[in-house]
Amino acid sequence: MPLTRRRFLELAPGAALAALPMPSAAQPSALLTRVIPSSGEAVPAVGLGTWITFNVGNDPVLRAECTDVMSAFFAAGGTLIDSSPMYGSSQPVIGHGLARLKPQRLFSAEKVWTSGASAGAAQIERSRQLWGVPRFDLLQVHNLLDWQTQLPRLQAMKAAGQVRYVGITTSEGRRHAELERIMREQRLDFVQLSYNVLDREAEARLLPLAADRGIAVLVNRPFRQGALTRALARAPLPGWAGDIGATTWAQALLKFILAHPAVTVAIPATSRVDHVRENLAAASGPLPGRALRERISADVKAL
Amino acid sequence: MGEWWTYSPEDFLMFSPRVYWRMFALTNGALWPLPLVGPALALAAGLLCLRARGARVALAMLAALWAFVGWAFLWNLYGVVNWAVFYAAPLFALQAVLLALAAARGPAQQRPPVPRQAAGAVLVALAAAYPLLAPLAGRPLSEAEVFALAPDPTAIGTLGILLIAGGGAGLWPVPVLWCLFSAATLWALGTAQAALPFAAAVAAPAAALFWRGAPARA
Repeated sequence: MPLTRRRFLELAPGAALAALPMPSAAQPSALLTRVIPSSGEAVPAVGLGTWITFNVGNDPVLRAECTDVMSAFFAAGGTLIDSSPMYGSSQPVIGHGLARLKPQRLFSAEKVWTSGASAGAAQIERSRQLWGVPRFDLLQVHNLLDWQTQLPRLQAMKAAGQVRYVGITTSEGRRHAELERIMREQRLDFVQLSYNVLDREAEARLLPLAADRGIAVLVNRPFRQGALTRALARAPLPGWAGDIGATTWAQALLKFILAHPAVTVAIPATSRVDHVRENLAAASGPLPGRALRERISADVKAL
Repeated sequence: MGEWWTYSPEDFLMFSPRVYWRMFALTNGALWPLPLVGPALALAAGLLCLRARGARVALAMLAALWAFVGWAFLWNLYGVVNWAVFYAAPLFALQAVLLALAAARGPAQQRPPVPRQAAGAVLVALAAAYPLLAPLAGRPLSEAEVFALAPDPTAIGTLGILLIAGGGAGLWPVPVLWCLFSAATLWALGTAQAALPFAAAVAAPAAALFWRGAPARA
């Protein structure tokens, strides 16, 4: 069922969050899933970002560590991995891991980051080869770069069955006005944007618009590229954390994001196995309602 | 790129500090025992520059080192995690050609003033001592940056040798630009070590201008 504005308001903070599936264990079968509005397909609500963390070049030790992270991610029930040609060696490092792990379930999210139709096509094909997948599940126009050329091309690829979903991305709150216009005027399956406990600009217009237009939302920078978790590392976890089953600040921050009904998947990046398990575990158990979300935000600001 | 004023150097940093420092460990391990020779090469080049014929040898040696570092470190290692470095690697090749030409032509006829040579000696000594920065910063010695293998000490040592030998104006831009680029990277990585290449990029040209020696020839 598409997440319409009416449905969004029904689910809006606190009102009916209990209507969302909230399993209690971190086993693969119990992960919180969200529905992609344009297809009805369910995906685990926590994915894996690869910005910086997977750009390890040809270092065999660090490549093996990334493969371990992917292995733990798939073992915990995760499926969606997001990358970009802009991320240095992240793509071949993902391909390295996929070739060894051969996961049964993978939702491959990539981007096109160049200008010109032919350059875009060549870049997508090179990305596909680096991942070693027959086709991508999702292709996104990275940071709106030449979207007037790339988006119609991605939509043509979708029509031809060469990709399942198309989308567009931005990060760090940039170019939201243009993103909003594209979301209103174009047919998108996904939009990717930055949203976290402190950067909440998307709540005002973009998230409600995504719900209204039936666009799935990928959330990047859930920890402000690690700055939030580093800043909170020494702060004791408040008592409310127990109410939502969060045992770490990272889980509390992720649950804050996942509690917004317009959010489909949050994609934290990490290079540590314990952290990826911790992140996936956030997609289980209760989520905060409206009042608790505001309290989480206020508490983090105060710290 | 829209809203460019909202970007900071950290936004362009696309790899972690661990990846950066481990590149030197990979280089040192792959080229062992050359890391033991690097500091001695820096000091030898500095001493060679005190004689005109020796300066030609030093410049020729630097030409080979710039070509080697550009290919082995920048092109094959660093550029893989930082696509901007792929654009810097050809500049290292250009610097190698310029140094080779300078070696063929010989150094300046008039020896640079002693204070300028002393400033150059400081930079050469710094380049030779660069491997000590790793343990001083709490990193393993295996991650040491070594003259002749790593770009920063090679660029800083080159600036020192240009001060001592009186190299022409054309030999200065690439090492100065690299030091500035590396300083920005290290600053984004959050290490105080950024001050060293930045200081070398500023101080060496300033010393060359302040204590002008022979007319530029390159």
